[in-house]
Amino acid sequence: MLLIHCPWCGPRNESEFACGGEGHIQRPDPAMAHDEVWVDYLFYRRNPKALHLERWVHAQGCRRWFNVARNTLTHEIRAVYRMGEKPPEGVR
Amino acid sequence: MTSQPFRLPTGGRIDRSRRLAFTFNGQRYEGHPGDSLASALLANGVHLVGRSFKYHRPRGIMSAGIEETNALVRVGSGARIDPAQRATQIELYAGLAAESINCWPSLAFDLGSTIDRLGRFLPAGFYYKTFLWPGGRWMFYERFIRKAAGLGEAPREKDPDRYEKRFDHCDVLVVGGGPAGLAAAYAAGRAGARVVLADDQMEFGGQLLWREVRIDGGPALSWVTRAISEMEGMPDVRLLPHATVCGYYDHNFLTILERVTDHLSPAAAGGRMPRQRLWKLRAREVVLATGAIERPLVFDNNDLPGIMLAGAVQCYLLRYGARPGARAVIFTNNDSAYETAAALFDAKVPLAAIVDTRAEPVAAAAKLRQRGLNVLFGHAVVAAKGRKHLSAVTVAPLDEGGGGLAGPTREIACDLLCVSGGWSPAVHLFSQSGGRLEFDPVLGAFLPGAARQAMRSAGAAAGAFDLAACLAGGAAAGATAAQRCGFGDGQVRRAPGAAPTAAAPPRPLWEVPSPRSARRNRKFVDLQNDVTAADIALAAREGYTSVELAKRYTTAGMGLDQGKTGNINALAILASETAVAIPAVGTTTFRPPYVPMTFGALAGRDVDDLYEPVRKTPLTDWHAAAGAAFEPVGRWRRPMYYPRPGEDMAKAVERECRAVRDGVALCDASTLGKIDIQGPDAVKLLDRVYTNAWGSLAIGACRYGLMLREDGMVFDDGVTARLAEHHYLMTTTTGHADAVLSWLEEWRQCEWADLRVYLTAVTTHWAAIMLTGPKARAVLARVGTDIDIDRAAFRHMAVRQGTVAGLPARIFRVSFTGELTFEINVPASCALALWRILMIAGGDGEITPIGTEALHVLRAEKGYIAVGHDTDGTVTPADLGMGWIVSNAKADFIGKRSQSLADLARSDRRQFVGLLTDNPQEVLPEGAQIIEAPTGSSYGRPPVPMIGHVTSSYLSPTLDRSIALALIAGGHRRMGEVVAAALPGRAARAKIVSPRFYDPDGARLND
Repeated sequence: MLLIHCPWCGPRNESEFACGGEGHIQRPDPAMAHDEVWVDYLFYRRNPKALHLERWVHAQGCRRWFNVARNTLTHEIRAVYRMGEKPPEGVR
Repeated sequence: MTSQPFRLPTGGRIDRSRRLAFTFNGQRYEGHPGDSLASALLANGVHLVGRSFKYHRPRGIMSAGIEETNALVRVGSGARIDPAQRATQIELYAGLAAESINCWPSLAFDLGSTIDRLGRFLPAGFYYKTFLWPGGRWMFYERFIRKAAGLGEAPREKDPDRYEKRFDHCDVLVVGGGPAGLAAAYAAGRAGARVVLADDQMEFGGQLLWREVRIDGGPALSWVTRAISEMEGMPDVRLLPHATVCGYYDHNFLTILERVTDHLSPAAAGGRMPRQRLWKLRAREVVLATGAIERPLVFDNNDLPGIMLAGAVQCYLLRYGARPGARAVIFTNNDSAYETAAALFDAKVPLAAIVDTRAEPVAAAAKLRQRGLNVLFGHAVVAAKGRKHLSAVTVAPLDEGGGGLAGPTREIACDLLCVSGGWSPAVHLFSQSGGRLEFDPVLGAFLPGAARQAMRSAGAAAGAFDLAACLAGGAAAGATAAQRCGFGDGQVRRAPGAAPTAAAPPRPLWEVPSPRSARRNRKFVDLQNDVTAADIALAAREGYTSVELAKRYTTAGMGLDQGKTGNINALAILASETAVAIPAVGTTTFRPPYVPMTFGALAGRDVDDLYEPVRKTPLTDWHAAAGAAFEPVGRWRRPMYYPRPGEDMAKAVERECRAVRDGVALCDASTLGKIDIQGPDAVKLLDRVYTNAWGSLAIGACRYGLMLREDGMVFDDGVTARLAEHHYLMTTTTGHADAVLSWLEEWRQCEWADLRVYLTAVTTHWAAIMLTGPKARAVLARVGTDIDIDRAAFRHMAVRQGTVAGLPARIFRVSFTGELTFEINVPASCALALWRILMIAGGDGEITPIGTEALHVLRAEKGYIAVGHDTDGTVTPADLGMGWIVSNAKADFIGKRSQSLADLARSDRRQFVGLLTDNPQEVLPEGAQIIEAPTGSSYGRPPVPMIGHVTSSYLSPTLDRSIALALIAGGHRRMGEVVAAALPGRAARAKIVSPRFYDPDGARLND
């Protein structure tokens, strides 16, 4: 049970959150994107055994989305930052 | 009445002034408060307590704690049967009734024990081998294997007890109340930290409860009493006896099973307190002082009753005042058993010999030799003798390597063999926490290595077996943990002290050589699962050399035991068979829970009505009173149909359908999802999430929309109305209400943060009553409304706000039935009043409440899709024949780009069509596979390609025949062609038609 620091509500149990998978995915311009680029955007995700930048939502709380930098092996959470922000210095 | 003939005259932590009567296998015995069931049985001379799992061999009490693998008993009766409890962990109470498990017809005469003689036909992996050979016989074997498998029998009645869950936080959680844990909790508590100390016994003290040692110059238990009473005075220290820490999860989240009233009889517990309480605890720092578990030694017949762990014998003598035998032998490879020898001497139990595998005499033996005890160094017990109890051991000198015998054997008569194969730190929780184990070749044990979480191990759990080291390590761990939480400076002010002792190193001896052939001897490694050294060797020979595979193949370390006693021995034997070092073999993964947990504790109060909340509309009670049959839709219970006396479902649905087509009906549509959308950019949001264009929607108008996922597949549909300049109300399907709101929020927050728009769920704020049928307008007029409901003024797909019967209302002219419909939304608190007014205005027997089933029939007659019923996440708008709703003019919307992917343009995609069976009374089962029409009535020669499936299927009262909707490969091009549905044993022919069976032009909608 991870302890996640919601940027809006503070530390809460993982069971209040939902993981939305990889974060910082750029949606390609649909008018310009070739099929390969579009399919990569649709279906391909990183699955590292290391630090991973994800987006989570505080589904049973404030319902806000935010970013989490989590080590998928140790479950260490290195940083939590708001939607639209870049990962902090030193993370990644 | 028996009088506890094997109870020592004095000593122990039992209250001799009170007697507790209990029964075991129907026989009446007595014990004292402070006894475990195991100690009370031993005090009464009862050793044979169970039969082993596979071979049904007689088994006795082996340990005095959590590691017990033999003495599994059933306690309680009726609904309170607990099928497999460890007798060593059951606190005795008056009236306790326990029985042996895994024996039939009785413990003393067990027919299953004939299996023991067939042992060589039941090797490791026998169960798996029956899958393969003899061919096809598995189904035959399974019946017998199932019957023989499992321990005990679960009660059939509902659990009458109450269980609780509790969430809590603390600075320092200390696991284990032995010397290290007490010292740690005390140090952390004095520093001011908020401490929880959990211990699985009835009283704190751990090993001090059964050892004659001194702390701070006095008896150890006096120190325990002082420490406990001081901690009870600390407001931020919580002491939890009867509490086993079962799971260590991420970020220092731990679960603790507290057995609140298990030590009381059901009558004494009285129902006021829960039976058990599951703690979910988040700790900033954790100190694991979980102690160590003594290992048995692996020799021939090492499972006979009368063979016990040396520490356990000491525990029965000193903690419980029970004498486990009349003439003892000790078999050890380390120093700790010499303390047991002293305890036996003090209890005046004759000690025939100490057999020590170590070749050189050790210092610990010197004192005992002065007492005249016979110590055989460099020797081993190579076999045990006896039928249902130990009668003698065979002893022989070991050769230098320990793999063979260096001299003749001789027999020593005894009825108690105290075995010590060394101690394994209880690293289970450490391992669960993600920490790395390291093998210590001197101790012959795995120790905690680098930790992954904010925790530390102390005492025997960290490999510090000496009491002085336990106390010092515990105090230091507690002080450091407190300091890391911001309390104190990490220094230990007043550490409890004990005289250090120097122990000679143990001599690891993983498998004792046997004079008997390998084929005939029985050296048990895992007593609980009847796994022998030969089984592990066989697994290795058959290629199961990985420790995880060997575990599953042989079942060593599975079941209740989870490798507490046998794990290291099994690993070492596997290492020796595969000629690698023990650390290279590694350990199996320790997983929660550390001890078996009851389902009741896991469920807590989330049972019965509290298991899952049921969502109700303001009209649910009215439906129930009207006799509706309900169906679950998500967490809602929606009326499915309203049977009248004598009606079955088909009759009721037919009547309800006819009411809509010919008269007027009411339907509770309150469960439809409603999302209030406001803001200047609301229309931009709609344009991006729906496939059609929204800019042209006038205030007071509604539009149907189809929502796709980014991969182009249909996700949801519904009608959205424009209520004001920047104000829209979106409706969703009942089942997707939450998912659609989450979806919109994700896009709004993550991708379109610039949009000035807000989304609010208002599903339960507004109740929705569907008034539908050709006579709907007349009923609405009778009820009274300030809205002009004239045909020309209020057209199909319009929305009006005003009052209905004096109640504030929004009326939507939308239709899911294909008939004239007013969907009247009123604040939830007004719904019941409006429903009743409409029922009265509709005329008795004329206006008909209808359920979801009639609604489904009516919409299917119209060919309207039901998302999630006719679609399954692989269906595009074009597949549904709904290309008309996909805007080509809009530059972008979710799912647009994917429409041009090659796979979505395939002409043989499954497409939405209607089906009319040749037999008009045949209602195809939903989900039936569609195949090409065969020439005969059977399917034809396999393989028969499946070209589609039935998604919806009903008997249509309007058409007086069956109708079906289906997804069929290239179906749009095949109108009029005949295909077939594959039914059990036959093929039912059906014609592909347009899905619009009724009023295809929609004339009735515009009525």
